[in-house]
Amino acid sequence: MKVSYYPGCSLHATGREYDESVKAVSSALQIELKEVDDWSCCGASSAHMTNYKLSVALPARNLIAAEKDGMDVMVPCAACFNRFKMAQHHLRENSALKSEVEGIIGKEYRDSIAVRNPIDIIYNDIGIDALAGKVTRKLTGLKPVSYYGCLLLRPPEVCEFENYENPYMLDAIMNTLGAESKNWSCKTDCCGGSLTLGKTEIVVHLVNKLMRMANEADANCLVTACPVCFANLDMRAGKDLSLPVFYFTELVALALGLQGPEKWFKMHNVDPMPLIKSSGLL
Amino acid sequence: MTTFLEEVNRRIDGVPIQRCYHCRKCTAGCPIAFAMEYNPNKIIRMIQNGKKADVLNSSTIWLCASCETCVTRCPNDVDIARMMDVLREMAIEERVDIREKNILKFHEAFLSSVKMGGRINEPFMIANYKLKSGDYFSDVGMGLSMLMKGKLSLFSPRTKDIKAVKKIFNETKA
Repeated sequence: MKVSYYPGCSLHATGREYDESVKAVSSALQIELKEVDDWSCCGASSAHMTNYKLSVALPARNLIAAEKDGMDVMVPCAACFNRFKMAQHHLRENSALKSEVEGIIGKEYRDSIAVRNPIDIIYNDIGIDALAGKVTRKLTGLKPVSYYGCLLLRPPEVCEFENYENPYMLDAIMNTLGAESKNWSCKTDCCGGSLTLGKTEIVVHLVNKLMRMANEADANCLVTACPVCFANLDMRAGKDLSLPVFYFTELVALALGLQGPEKWFKMHNVDPMPLIKSSGLL
Repeated sequence: MTTFLEEVNRRIDGVPIQRCYHCRKCTAGCPIAFAMEYNPNKIIRMIQNGKKADVLNSSTIWLCASCETCVTRCPNDVDIARMMDVLREMAIEERVDIREKNILKFHEAFLSSVKMGGRINEPFMIANYKLKSGDYFSDVGMGLSMLMKGKLSLFSPRTKDIKAVKKIFNETKA
């Protein structure tokens, strides 16, 4: 299949491992990516928390740019994904806002493509069986808890993700790779997101709680699909509690025997190599 | 004259917040409630009672992380997360003394980075935040380590049609 690709700002900086692993995995699964032409930032939390119209117009510019290529757009960053889906929702519901935004951008929004995240594409379009057929290195020894966070799931009528209080797609993908996905009650809890600089102590409180719960669930790592969650979990948890954190695509790449994981793991703050080595995975 | 409640409802442009019957499900599920001076449902009650100054001056409206758990679980579909956005916008427009200054400074630093380059340049954005907030020294070690790991790029590519992005900022100004 072929899709448009919107990496977003984080995937070009703090979330580089996510960008590189999404590309590696997509190529291995025959998902052809075409980057959205001259994309710009989605505005993230800062736009919608301070200026509603800006928070719709910024993603709208990218939706319009993606529409030109006539393919659904893959948005791996959960924060960008949420803002794209929200903008789409508001543009559908509010025709006055739609014409105003189109006036500012100078182009028509046709609402002709779907906004997709890679979990959904791999699970639903590629399929678990096809994925299983490509595994060359079973991730035996890895016991991840799946951390979906907020922005892929909520609000449910906008995000259209499966089972928003107890999602399972990421868990199913992990089990398919040969890892032993652990059940826990914090799958959809919040990490504090953008408060990480302006109110660090709240984020520290929340990620420490997540780490304690992951330890209690007998997990030895966490897996996520959001660069904001990843950064908070990887950098803000107390040293005595920290478990390694992975982007789910890094683990898919590892199980598929692709090039890259060793390089990506070096970019993590909490070094996952002791766990990877003791599990005999590299 | 429009009441505070009417103004908030007009801006939310959805389910009127009077539908709230204070079951406190929003507060029970709110991950930040432990740090808020007024719980989410208390904010709704305060709006109903016209306590505009207290609401717009509160820390609550800035601490809300927009995780959307409240609106997902509200039995009456009150969009509390959107309500918090509306209250933040009103606090900025009415130039009240913002309680959580550093949180707003972060948003300003973030958006000025987008306006300048079309995309976030993280080192620039963080430096800008530090200058605005006066919080120079926290996370310096972490920043350096990220730079060494190649996670903070000083020269990330920008949006070419920066005029289009600037136009969006100029024409959506409140």
